[in-house]
Amino acid sequence: MAETTFRVFRGDASGGQTVDYQVPVAPGMVVLDALHYIQGHLAPDLAVRWNCKAGKCGSCSAEVNGRPRLTCKTRMDVLPKDEPVTVVPMRAFPIIKDLVTDVSWNYAVNRKIPPFQPKPDVEWKISQMDVDRVQEFRKCIECFLCQNVCHVLRDHHKKETFGGPRFFVRVAGLEMHPLDGANRAPLLKNELGIGLCNITKCCTEVCPEDIHITDNAIIPLKERVVDQFYDPFTMVVRKIFGAK
Amino acid sequence: MTTNYETREHDVLIIGAGGAGLRAAIEALAQGASVGVVCKSLLGKAHTVMAEGGIAAAMANVDAADNWKTHFRDTMRGGKFLNNWRMAQLHAQEAPERVRELEQWGALFDRTETGDILQRAFGGHTFKRLCHVGDRTGLEMIRTLQDRGVQQGFDVFMECTVTRLLTDGKRITGAFAYWRESGRFIVFKAKSVVIATGGIGKAWRVTSNSWEYTADGMALAYEAGAELMDMEFVQFHPTGMVWPPGVQGLLVTEAVRGEGGILRNKNGERFMEKYDPKRLELSTRDVVARSIYTEVKEGRGTEHGGAFLDISHKPADYVKKKLPSMYHQFKELADVDITKGPMEVGPTCHYMMGGIRVEAETAQSTVPGLFAAGEAAAGLHGSNRLGGNSLSDLLVFGRRAGLAAAAHAKSVSHALVNTAQIDAAEKELLAPFANTGGESPYAVHRDLQEVMQNLVGIYRTEQDLMKSLVELEKLSARATKTGVEGTRMFNPGWHLTRELKSMLLISEAVARAALARKESRGAHSRIDYPNLDDASWGKKNNIIVQDGSTMTRRESPVPEMPADLREIVAQE
Repeated sequence: MAETTFRVFRGDASGGQTVDYQVPVAPGMVVLDALHYIQGHLAPDLAVRWNCKAGKCGSCSAEVNGRPRLTCKTRMDVLPKDEPVTVVPMRAFPIIKDLVTDVSWNYAVNRKIPPFQPKPDVEWKISQMDVDRVQEFRKCIECFLCQNVCHVLRDHHKKETFGGPRFFVRVAGLEMHPLDGANRAPLLKNELGIGLCNITKCCTEVCPEDIHITDNAIIPLKERVVDQFYDPFTMVVRKIFGAK
Repeated sequence: MTTNYETREHDVLIIGAGGAGLRAAIEALAQGASVGVVCKSLLGKAHTVMAEGGIAAAMANVDAADNWKTHFRDTMRGGKFLNNWRMAQLHAQEAPERVRELEQWGALFDRTETGDILQRAFGGHTFKRLCHVGDRTGLEMIRTLQDRGVQQGFDVFMECTVTRLLTDGKRITGAFAYWRESGRFIVFKAKSVVIATGGIGKAWRVTSNSWEYTADGMALAYEAGAELMDMEFVQFHPTGMVWPPGVQGLLVTEAVRGEGGILRNKNGERFMEKYDPKRLELSTRDVVARSIYTEVKEGRGTEHGGAFLDISHKPADYVKKKLPSMYHQFKELADVDITKGPMEVGPTCHYMMGGIRVEAETAQSTVPGLFAAGEAAAGLHGSNRLGGNSLSDLLVFGRRAGLAAAAHAKSVSHALVNTAQIDAAEKELLAPFANTGGESPYAVHRDLQEVMQNLVGIYRTEQDLMKSLVELEKLSARATKTGVEGTRMFNPGWHLTRELKSMLLISEAVARAALARKESRGAHSRIDYPNLDDASWGKKNNIIVQDGSTMTRRESPVPEMPADLREIVAQE
């Protein structure tokens, strides 16, 4: 059976380097299969997160040959043949060990988002068209690949002031819920720092669920913030009568 | 030995953060209890996320004639009357309210033309009953519960594994765990513990289950003295992927058949006409799984040893809309466009009907203060679970477990934890580090999967089951000698040494119960006893319990249904 060299990062917060492993390649094989082979036969202490192995849980994110991917959905036959496959952890998050990173910051951001609040006296009738529109955002599997490639987080390290694409998607899923009555524009402007996004669409490119993060979530949310905070008429009124 | 450990204190400790655990946590919080949730993975990654088809609830939005009585009857018939009738009744009665509640917490389901929750057909359900969102209902459910719980304020301990329940005589006092990340220990003091850890699918080679499904909760409860029930009933889902090898076992949702998918063998014959001419593809899972298995065994299987499942007669847009994740799964992992051609499918280990024996109203096990809900608990599904009855089970009995656990916590005070138990738990966990040069736990796990796959699979015989017990004993001996490479920091090999122990223990319980039941009923099919034997086995549950350090089995009568429910069940 043909073999491929896997160059996998081994190490922790104190440092590390890639280590080569020879892995037999089977038809239809994905990168996560290779990582499991390494765990099962060559390095039982290789730290990898995974759960469903079907692209539904978003646990197995890593950078394969430099590109952020779900390893369970990265087929070997899309990678260049006869070249080593490099697998390293997501770079935007602190490393714990090998391919496992500390993603706890994401959970802290999520906690800031006000939950679904039904409009008062709501009648629970919803049209399928409204469901379809919001489904795009709600199918997010929280793989955090969008967070990983977002340069505001990855290169500028703005974790204190910026929520990142994942949470704009989440807010969009709540804001565009047909029966939701909460207003999350102040949160978007102040705590999630949506203004820092300059719509380079890197997040959209890596999304394994094909969510149009920039076009369908971030831009409409930016418009909501602009409407509420930067509308010229309201600004004048606010100047004259004081901030409300 | 005293390694340092941190200590946390809660009224209610919940082990497992899937649908049942989260629903229990939300309810216990609502009762004013302090709640800790421990889970092996990150929050939101539990297996509930994989649930595709929907939540069964007799809301009658599509078929106006549906009601709880019909749902109850379907569930009892599907389980071949081994179910705990009271659980089946509560489940059928309460499921619609639990679904509405999810919606009020922000979950969005597909809709009917009048704007109500849409419901689809599923195997064994008389009416269109499954509330769904395309084929990603589980994700919608877990996000909704997760965010609700976080907002209400439970403490979450992610990537943390409980390896022992602490007891004071017979009562629960807490749990001992380790952080997967650091390998450090943590002791939870708790007045009530809810086990919501799912099943044991990872003991089989072809399985739809993730690495987490290692029977931890059942093993913890058993070791704490709780009774296990119905352990012989392991559900093989009829449709898992069979090709390519890396995705073998991956689930293909029953919603494909619910939406009109047809099963054919390699000769193009619609073989379900032979096995269940009335219900065809929407027969119960046990029947469909056996039918596919038989077709393959008799030489009418596909190239890769499965059957064809075809939905391509439906409009491509419809398939992509109703089964989006199946469309992507086959396109990306198997190079198959399911809108144009058939999928290849075969049975895959999917669900454990058996588990911790609980009291219907409270979900309390036979150990005071220890509760169980969801797949980890037994009773609702009897010998075979209907599709869609799992998500509703999580909601109905998750809530009941949370309610009762909070009430129990109010009635008792914190007990001192037993340091001898903590010492023993530490010692057990660290032992593999001393086995320098010992065998890899992965090798033992692979062999366990072969034993369960080949000897305790869809079809069973006395000879195979006897052999499995011998093999399991050998594997247990090997498991005690497995070694660990590396340190305690995020070390999956080390983690597996403990999970292996749980899997071996509970696999033995499965084999023992399967050996004893000399009949075929629901998911338990004996080649040597191919028929239902109502006279000898129709009214008995197998109970597995620890006696000293020995695993023992006894039989317990199935609770007698009251007359009004008997009448419901008898109706056509």
